[in-house]
Amino acid sequence: MDIVQDQTAAATVPGASTPAPAGEPAARVVTRDVSVFYGQKQALFDVSIDIPDRSVTSFIGPSGCGKSTFLRCINRMNDTIDGCRVSGIVELDGEDINRPDLDVVELRARVGMVFQKPNPFPKSIYQNVAYGPRIHGMTRNKAELDEIVVTSLKRAGLFEEVKDRLDQPGTGLSGGQQQRLCIARAIATRPEVLLMDEPCSALDPIATAIIEELIDELRENFTIVIVTHSMQQAARVSQKTAFFHLGKLIETGDTEQIFTNPRHEKTQDYITGRFG
Amino acid sequence: MNALLIAALLLVLLSVSYQMGWSRSRKLADTTGERLHSRPVYHGAFVAIWAILPALLVLGIWAIFSKSASEAYILSQLPPEVSTGPQGEMVGAIERVKSIANGFGVVGEADPTESAAASAYSQFRTLTTLVVIAVSAGLGVLGLFWAHSRVAHRFRARNSVETAVRIALIACSGIAILTTLGIALSLIADAVQFFSFVNPLDFFFGTVWNPRFQSTGADAVGQYGLLPLLWGTIMVSGIAMLVAIPVGLMSAIYLSQYADYRVRNVVKPIIEVLAGIPTIVYGFFALVTVGPFLTGIGNVFGLDIRATSALTAGIVMGIMIIPFISSLSEDILHQVPRAMRDGSLGLGATKSETIINVLVPAALPGIVGAVLLAVSRAIGETMIVVLAAGNSPVLRLNPAEPVSTVTVTIVNQLTGDADFTSPQSLVAFALGLTLFAMTLVLNVVALYIVRRFREQYE
Repeated sequence: MDIVQDQTAAATVPGASTPAPAGEPAARVVTRDVSVFYGQKQALFDVSIDIPDRSVTSFIGPSGCGKSTFLRCINRMNDTIDGCRVSGIVELDGEDINRPDLDVVELRARVGMVFQKPNPFPKSIYQNVAYGPRIHGMTRNKAELDEIVVTSLKRAGLFEEVKDRLDQPGTGLSGGQQQRLCIARAIATRPEVLLMDEPCSALDPIATAIIEELIDELRENFTIVIVTHSMQQAARVSQKTAFFHLGKLIETGDTEQIFTNPRHEKTQDYITGRFG
Repeated sequence: MNALLIAALLLVLLSVSYQMGWSRSRKLADTTGERLHSRPVYHGAFVAIWAILPALLVLGIWAIFSKSASEAYILSQLPPEVSTGPQGEMVGAIERVKSIANGFGVVGEADPTESAAASAYSQFRTLTTLVVIAVSAGLGVLGLFWAHSRVAHRFRARNSVETAVRIALIACSGIAILTTLGIALSLIADAVQFFSFVNPLDFFFGTVWNPRFQSTGADAVGQYGLLPLLWGTIMVSGIAMLVAIPVGLMSAIYLSQYADYRVRNVVKPIIEVLAGIPTIVYGFFALVTVGPFLTGIGNVFGLDIRATSALTAGIVMGIMIIPFISSLSEDILHQVPRAMRDGSLGLGATKSETIINVLVPAALPGIVGAVLLAVSRAIGETMIVVLAAGNSPVLRLNPAEPVSTVTVTIVNQLTGDADFTSPQSLVAFALGLTLFAMTLVLNVVALYIVRRFREQYE
């Protein structure tokens, strides 16, 4: 399963996702030779990785190493940036998501995203969570929508705190609550993959602990990819870890192996705090 | 020449005093080695302020009084019957003397008394100018030395300079406030005078506008019903907003959300050019192009649309106002945090769903502010309406008929030889006051909304 960037030359054939060895979960997201350019500048170099189903994969690495950029390739959020170009193959369940005829709206419904800074809409808590189901026409009546909102809030561990004020603005919550609201909002569309871009970087340790616990629970139903600056967090929540450096994927493997016995010297340097 | 000389003198005084303050404080620091409270620039600025202020004060006072002083002097030089004669002749005689003294010459032969008065005035002028310059320079130098003597180690020149800067800034903003206040007061004074002729109830609720000018009937006061004019203003502004709001808002959304930055950099300034076209040019455009075009279209559909009508004026005014709405709304849409947009797109919303559901609601208070500012611009607009609205102060509901507005009526009442004592011209001030109150309220509402919008993201 582990694909060190240097060894992927053979795996560049389109659709050539490696069959999963027995005992390992199947790969949900498979990328081959993904490069990203901002104008003339190349930000990401030939990243190939398999992201397993129903587990947490964390991307670590120093600032500006391309981990967020790569994360945004998985739901094509890079499309929204002027002058950004992506090459290579990104597959979700064996389907190339960069195909011109792919409906990006449908893709983003399947691949949810939680951002670095909590970004609730300036609407009520209820409206925030109902936003996704509503635009995707997932419900036929108010009762169904209520049901989705309540379940999502419950799964995000926020329901008990806000059940009496669902009509209050989401922006009035505390930072940690806002981030859980954003998670509830993301899982309300019932995505298969959940991308989290440094979801705890704006939060205090207590709020962070709550979110980490939540991530661990969500793992049962979702494929989660999390970008984090905190190596402790990566070690705590993820089963797989990928280390990025200067736009290149240096090493990926089981979290335990990466943190105890990294194969690559740069990984070793980074996790022991020698740079970054 | 004189002004140039005075300006040069002031500049010399300024630089010399600054240098003196600067070098003295510098020397203090160098010789004693003790630390100064303020840096030399502040000492320099302090001395310069104290040198220049008294000089400017003297010159300012002279600028205010020089005209009346010189006229009084000329009168004293002319034969006594001039000053006792009629006002017009007296002013004429003074002007003749001034022209002779300035070397411009006068119509006809100059009277010997006039020539004598002129040469005396010439001398008087030179003398007073010299005296004023001397006094102002003297006071300036006094101020300079007083301030210079205060330069010391612990002297807080920085604080004094900061205070002076603050006072200057307050004075500048005070000018704007005082002007607004002055305009309001002068309007109120004249409007009150108008209301002594006409009952305010008849003015504000009257439906007939017929201010008979005195030439047509000597003692007729006329009827001054505001409503036809107000309705005209509302109708023309309303049509303008119907044109400007959709077009302006859509182009703002296009520019801020869809357009490539290269397109935006070209298109935005072009749209803003619309705001820079003189309104009289829009008036031509309405009169010559849009009006006949609308009439033509009306003919095709069997409608009677007059070339000069509320519709013509409103449409052209709407075009003029587009940049107010599009430019401001674009800035406001840009201010909506990118995270908000990403959040919606990341949930699988399309661009237009994101705009309708998230961006526009988030920017709505700001957009409302932009619209209100545009409305107050539309209400105050005159030139387009003068040319294109037909100037017919009759209460009509049909926008295809000519109307008149408050602003146009003000122009009509004040042009020509009206004296400022008849209700026919005084009504202009009551109308102006009404407009002023309307736009003031709109602006206050706009500012309030804009401020609330700002608080949301801070």
